[in-house]
Amino acid sequence: MSEKSNLRLIILGILIFSLMATLISRLYFLQVMTGDEYRAAAANNTVREVVEPAVRGLILDQAGRPLVSNRTSIVVTIDRQELKQQAISGDQVIKRLAKILGKSPESIRERLMSCGTENAPKPPICWNGSTYQAVPVATDIDPQTALTIMEKRSEYAGVTAKLTAVREYSGPFDVNAAHILGYLGPVTEEQLTAQAGSDAYDRLRRTDAIGRSGLEQYYDEQLRGTPSVTTLEVDTSGQITATLDQKPAVSGDYLVSTIDANLQAVVEKQLVAAVQRAQGQGYPGDSGAAVVVDVRNGQVLAMASYPTYDPSIWVGGVTPKQYKSLIKSDSLASNATQGLFAPGSTYKVVSTAAAGEQGYSLYSDYKCPKNVKLGTQVFRNYESAAYGDISLARALEVSCNTVFYGLADRMWEAAGGNDATRDSADPIADTASRFGFGTPTGIDSPGESAGRVAGRGFKVQNWEAKRDTWCKNAISGYPDTRKTDPKLADYFTALDKENCADGFRWREGDALNAAIGQGDTVVTPLQMAMAYSAIANGGTVYEPRLIKAVVGSDGIVINRIEPSIKSTLDLPKSTIKFLKNSLPGVTTDGSGKTPFLGFPLNQIPVASKTGSAQVTGDKVSTSWFASYAPANKPRYAIVMMVTQGGTGSQTSGPSVRKIYESLFGIKGKNVNPNRSVLVDGKPSKSLPTIRPDGTPVAPKGKMSGVTTASGSD
Amino acid sequence: MAKIYTGPSAGSALAGAGSRSGVRSRGFWRDLDWILLISGLALSVLGSVLVWSASRADLALPTDPHSYLKRHAINVVIAILLGYVASRLNYRWLRAYTPMIYGISFLLLLLPFVPGIGVTVAGARAWVDLPGGLTLQPSEFMKIAVILMMAVLLSERKDIEVEPSGRDVLLALAAAALPVGVILLQNDTGTVLILGTIAISVTAVSGVRTRWLVGLIGAAALSILLAIQLGLLKQYQVARLTSFISPDSDTGASAYNANQARIAIGGGGWFGVGLFEGPQTQGKFVPVNESDFIFTVSGEELGFIGSALLILLLAVLLWRAATIAWKADDQYGRLVATGVLAWLAFQTFENIGMTLGIMPITGIPLPLVSAGGTSMMSVWVAIGLLQTVRLHGARSEI
Repeated sequence: MSEKSNLRLIILGILIFSLMATLISRLYFLQVMTGDEYRAAAANNTVREVVEPAVRGLILDQAGRPLVSNRTSIVVTIDRQELKQQAISGDQVIKRLAKILGKSPESIRERLMSCGTENAPKPPICWNGSTYQAVPVATDIDPQTALTIMEKRSEYAGVTAKLTAVREYSGPFDVNAAHILGYLGPVTEEQLTAQAGSDAYDRLRRTDAIGRSGLEQYYDEQLRGTPSVTTLEVDTSGQITATLDQKPAVSGDYLVSTIDANLQAVVEKQLVAAVQRAQGQGYPGDSGAAVVVDVRNGQVLAMASYPTYDPSIWVGGVTPKQYKSLIKSDSLASNATQGLFAPGSTYKVVSTAAAGEQGYSLYSDYKCPKNVKLGTQVFRNYESAAYGDISLARALEVSCNTVFYGLADRMWEAAGGNDATRDSADPIADTASRFGFGTPTGIDSPGESAGRVAGRGFKVQNWEAKRDTWCKNAISGYPDTRKTDPKLADYFTALDKENCADGFRWREGDALNAAIGQGDTVVTPLQMAMAYSAIANGGTVYEPRLIKAVVGSDGIVINRIEPSIKSTLDLPKSTIKFLKNSLPGVTTDGSGKTPFLGFPLNQIPVASKTGSAQVTGDKVSTSWFASYAPANKPRYAIVMMVTQGGTGSQTSGPSVRKIYESLFGIKGKNVNPNRSVLVDGKPSKSLPTIRPDGTPVAPKGKMSGVTTASGSD
Repeated sequence: MAKIYTGPSAGSALAGAGSRSGVRSRGFWRDLDWILLISGLALSVLGSVLVWSASRADLALPTDPHSYLKRHAINVVIAILLGYVASRLNYRWLRAYTPMIYGISFLLLLLPFVPGIGVTVAGARAWVDLPGGLTLQPSEFMKIAVILMMAVLLSERKDIEVEPSGRDVLLALAAAALPVGVILLQNDTGTVLILGTIAISVTAVSGVRTRWLVGLIGAAALSILLAIQLGLLKQYQVARLTSFISPDSDTGASAYNANQARIAIGGGGWFGVGLFEGPQTQGKFVPVNESDFIFTVSGEELGFIGSALLILLLAVLLWRAATIAWKADDQYGRLVATGVLAWLAFQTFENIGMTLGIMPITGIPLPLVSAGGTSMMSVWVAIGLLQTVRLHGARSEI
């Protein structure tokens, strides 16, 4: 045979010989050199954990009525790994399932996509849980459908229908409280990675549902309990050979909320009424919030946000349609704790306090002209009203802007005016932060906004952040705008030149705006409620609380949440006294008078301040009504606001009055605590009873809030 | 390496001097390559033991833990009988009937497409249902048919010093390409790679011009690249082929296989955990460990010693095949032996390599060891053909 053939055969032989040698050396490497780690991995394989999640704790209102409870529901889940193996019929399974569930196959397919993968819809429609966890696609399936699915295993490969404990959000009195309570969602991959390596038996597992918002999230650890975990040794066929370890389940703890369901229902209704009042006047009235706080301890008795949503849509996952409407209505965030709004005239208490602290006389008369001119700018009174020389108390009552402009201007001049440095005094901003503005209130709810206090500090920060852009624009001169409108471009350029050079400067106009809660200051309605509570209780800014206590499912109190102080106003006693004496006048003789006409103010005096905050653009003003009562012995602070709602007096005022009426049991001029929405006319001091079997003892009859067949009013 | 240029006749004369020269009673049993036969038998026995261990858990009938082993044993016996028949074949007859064998094999290869009898396993539509619960994988026989056909086409020239003409090479390559096309349609990537290896090796050893050979290897590499680049391979096929590079990064099924296989083998250590004692094997954490992943059973339960022995037995088998190719006294015999050698070598390296994580995962069995009747039979027939080549050489020597 040819030499070529011989040579090639030899090469082939050598090649094969080296391949065999490679195999043996690799085998040696795997088995002898690195074998130990693989032996450890193998040992892991034969141990199986069976995890039964614990019963999640209930959330009760302050009287013991369940706001969130548990019920069982038939949930249909799809195991994607199993579905994938059905390469050919996976699509058919989905189509078949969609038909029997009455959904579109597309919606099921969207649900099955992991968040963040290509073409996946946004969370929470996409699956945010683990790759290996079966995805729930339908909840509350009727038993007949479930049976069909379970009987035809071959037609529904990878699909399971089983009884699962789900959250029940149908609270008493039809309360919604969606933003307070929150909802559950699957554990995310990040959360699992965060605790990677943990083998604690109460660690998060792929199958867990955890709180994703509100109390469900904030107190998730307490509510979740610890699952029962049985560690089994499994043999070849999956048969159990031994039970290695067994940990019983411990039910999640109960939360006793500070919320009163009955009051919450009233507040929710009244917030909607205020929004409708705004809309009745032809304003958009697009969002709003209302907060009721116990001024003596910071407990939140009711808190509502408009628009809201039905929290039960989260049970078993929202459908794409539901989620689209959630986003469209902008109802997911709580306006009470996360919304930021210009406070307008409600902020004048801060300016007054600052003036008092700076030594300006609180009892002298001040000029209230219809406007104040500053260069080319004109700072006006509301509806350009002029009141002549009036007392400061009167200025609060009629909400005279020009009086506060005057005070602010004097404080600004005193601090150095245009020659002030960054570190010069800034009394209004300083006082505002002691009222709790500009920092989170510390409420036990996730995602709270901090707000922003306009002042020297903010100006410098803002300048540092935007200086580069300003300076760049000042040089380029807005070439795009110049093409169409050279005059506007000149104006912008001039503005940016000025900002670039000394945009950090706290100007006179800034100071004037800040004094009446306009300009860059934004606050949350909850911050406002805590600030007015602080005035009411004589100077303590509490951290608001939604929870009074954590109680075991057997009724034993685990943790009583004591009031926590965030800051003190640290004002002269006389200044607080002045505010406390002046604010009731707003309700009797000032801008808060109209909504409280006919209210028994002699028995229950109400301290209040209205606000109609201007908003940039063509938007209608924000309607604010901040208050507390009884003014002589303060107990409750109520703040309500409606964006694009008109004046505080016309839109929010009447609803705040209604809430006070229901709190104090007022009918006409008659005050009767027995008519109060609160049991015994006041927030309960003691905790509700929970029977050893875990059932809470709630008020009976009409106060239970549960509609019976005999009907109710 | 001056020896390279001495040619095969010198080699065979030297090697055969002691055993065969001048002995008239050169009976079949006497001239048989006994080392080849014994290593084949040893592998079949060892394989049966491993199949037994792997199948006790889930494949055996509940009434009889040995039911799967019995079926495997019957397959082995039939296979050895077929191998005996093949070794008894008349050389001339075999050449004459090669086109017919090729034709029949090709027709069988089309059977999986017939609805009702074609079966898809792990994505490849390469099986045929037979009565009695048996399945047949026609592509196994096609390997033999391609070897025989190429050997015939490339040994037309009488003068063995003249390299095959371009026409012969094209015809031979066509004989391999035709079934490759069909098998591609069946999604059986593993068999395509084996046929490619056979075709390249046989063409190379036939003595074609070097530029033919370079072109052929280049074309093969290019088509693999193109198949991946152009997305001709399905997603799962690419995943299988690439997941071995970094098994921990992918969480798909193929990476799972690779990881579990490595855990099983790594757990074996020097001496293994003992037959029937492997937690990975007995717990069925490694999929299809009675066939494609049978090496993991040996790795875990018999350890490095047992598994290295297994590889050595296979190496002995390949050594004998190479020797038979070397000593073959005509081009036809050499090419048949070369084809068998390339086939078994590639299949061995690929199969063990994938369980060791150095080769991509494809669904091909380990010769003589894995369960699977058709594969067992085709390899024994191949061993029989090696014997035929050897016996022909022994006879023609007198």
